[in-house]
Amino acid sequence: MHGFVPAPPGARPPAEPAILVEHLTKRYRPDARPAVDELSFALPRGATWGLLGGNGAGKTTTIAMLLGLLVPSSGRVLCLGHDMARDRFAALARMNFSSPYIALPHRLSVAENLRVYAHLYNVKGAERRIAELAGQLQLTELLDRPAGELSAGQKTRVALAKALVNRPDLLLLDEPTASLDPDTGDWVRTWLERYRAESGCAILLASHNMGEVERLCSHVLMLRQGRIVDQGSPEALIARYGREDLEQVFLDIARGRTRAESPAA
Amino acid sequence: MSASLRRVWGLMYRHLALYRRSWPRLIELMYWPILQMVVWGFVTAYLAGVQNNVASVAAGVLLGGVLLWEVALRSQMGFSISFLEEIWSRNLGHLFVSPLRPRELVAALMGMSVIRVLVGVLPAVGLAWALYAFGLWRLGPVVVAFFAALLLMGWAVALGVTSLILRFGAGAEALAWSVLFGITPFAAVFYPVSVLPDWLQPVALALPAAHVFEGMRAALLQGSIAWGHLAAAFALDTVWIALMAWVFMRQLQAARVRGALLAIGE
Repeated sequence: MHGFVPAPPGARPPAEPAILVEHLTKRYRPDARPAVDELSFALPRGATWGLLGGNGAGKTTTIAMLLGLLVPSSGRVLCLGHDMARDRFAALARMNFSSPYIALPHRLSVAENLRVYAHLYNVKGAERRIAELAGQLQLTELLDRPAGELSAGQKTRVALAKALVNRPDLLLLDEPTASLDPDTGDWVRTWLERYRAESGCAILLASHNMGEVERLCSHVLMLRQGRIVDQGSPEALIARYGREDLEQVFLDIARGRTRAESPAA
Repeated sequence: MSASLRRVWGLMYRHLALYRRSWPRLIELMYWPILQMVVWGFVTAYLAGVQNNVASVAAGVLLGGVLLWEVALRSQMGFSISFLEEIWSRNLGHLFVSPLRPRELVAALMGMSVIRVLVGVLPAVGLAWALYAFGLWRLGPVVVAFFAALLLMGWAVALGVTSLILRFGAGAEALAWSVLFGITPFAAVFYPVSVLPDWLQPVALALPAAHVFEGMRAALLQGSIAWGHLAAAFALDTVWIALMAWVFMRQLQAARVRGALLAIGE
């Protein structure tokens, strides 16, 4: 591995969190149940947190508000110290995002796609950065291939390269290993672990893969009907619900069972 | 290059790369302007045969109208279709979570519009000269001003179309192709505003294009520059662009409130 910017040895983490969310609420219609309801949390710099919940729990809505793509009904989001309601572009220059549900232009080659985003994020030494990422993510042979002709695993690696092109201080990942085979999924997870350790980047990860969350995340926010219904480290949650793994905890929470009601309690 | 200019260039590069990889798209840019010019060229050749005395006038007015109207059409389509390309490729979400400001997005779409106009219309202008001995430059240097006024009008209409796409999603896509064709009868492209019914004339005179084509006819028929019409065209362009830019920003903000930016086009 080469090319990462490591966190200075012995440096104290800045007190300001990477993400600070206060009483965040989103109603799509005034008479509707909130999609996100009074969410508050603070993701420390350099940490990887998971955002878990069933379909419709409010994960995508939360991520869209963190990215400034969606205006909250009330509450506040600060990313890297910038208020996303007033100063989102300053934060967006130092953040990035990857989701299998948003594509890159498939007629452009991998290199052209990365070049576009290097320009949009004003990356200095763009060609050097693209070559560096291509080397790290095993994309060098694919640089001249149209993005639309790649396999799912290759597309995931290209999406990661796009998400890292600006060396973000904050990375939002929406199901980064969805539709990947176990081997490629494991490769991506290993890579993300190493990247976070070496770069000091904070990561917020939304995923339905509980093994992935257990492995990557130091803290998990459990969402149901737009609210944080529980949170803690994966180990603490598993112990608290008396379960063997996070998937069983997820099922308890998704089905509305409290800790006391869970069959294992 | 400043960060802002670089972001504008980044988005333009994305579209230019698309054309570099797709010859059919490039040919399609030239196809309609050339087809229109050829059809109207034969019409004027026919008129020249049956009415000798009006031949050169008819040729100038019709071919000049066709070629200049293509500027407005290609300008509007260049802007709107470049925006639609982002929706079709499901890339809009990536753009709106990048540091690209809305004004930079608009500037890049305008830049692509200029390129599409030049690539689409200039071959037709050259062919009109080669096939029918009609040079658009016969209008004099004022043709540059006509060109610019129609380019601006195309952008104003495109901002309106893009606002409708933001508001109504894929259902409004068809407007990107058809909206200016609907304006053609009121734009006085091939006939003076005075030909229109009295009640319709104020509608025509609210369009920059009507003033451009009155100016074009003054240049071809009288050899004079209609400064009043030229000033009116640019003043109206300013008003329409300001109004449509406001509508665009309002619709963009409304889309951010509704959460439409991720789902648009689906």
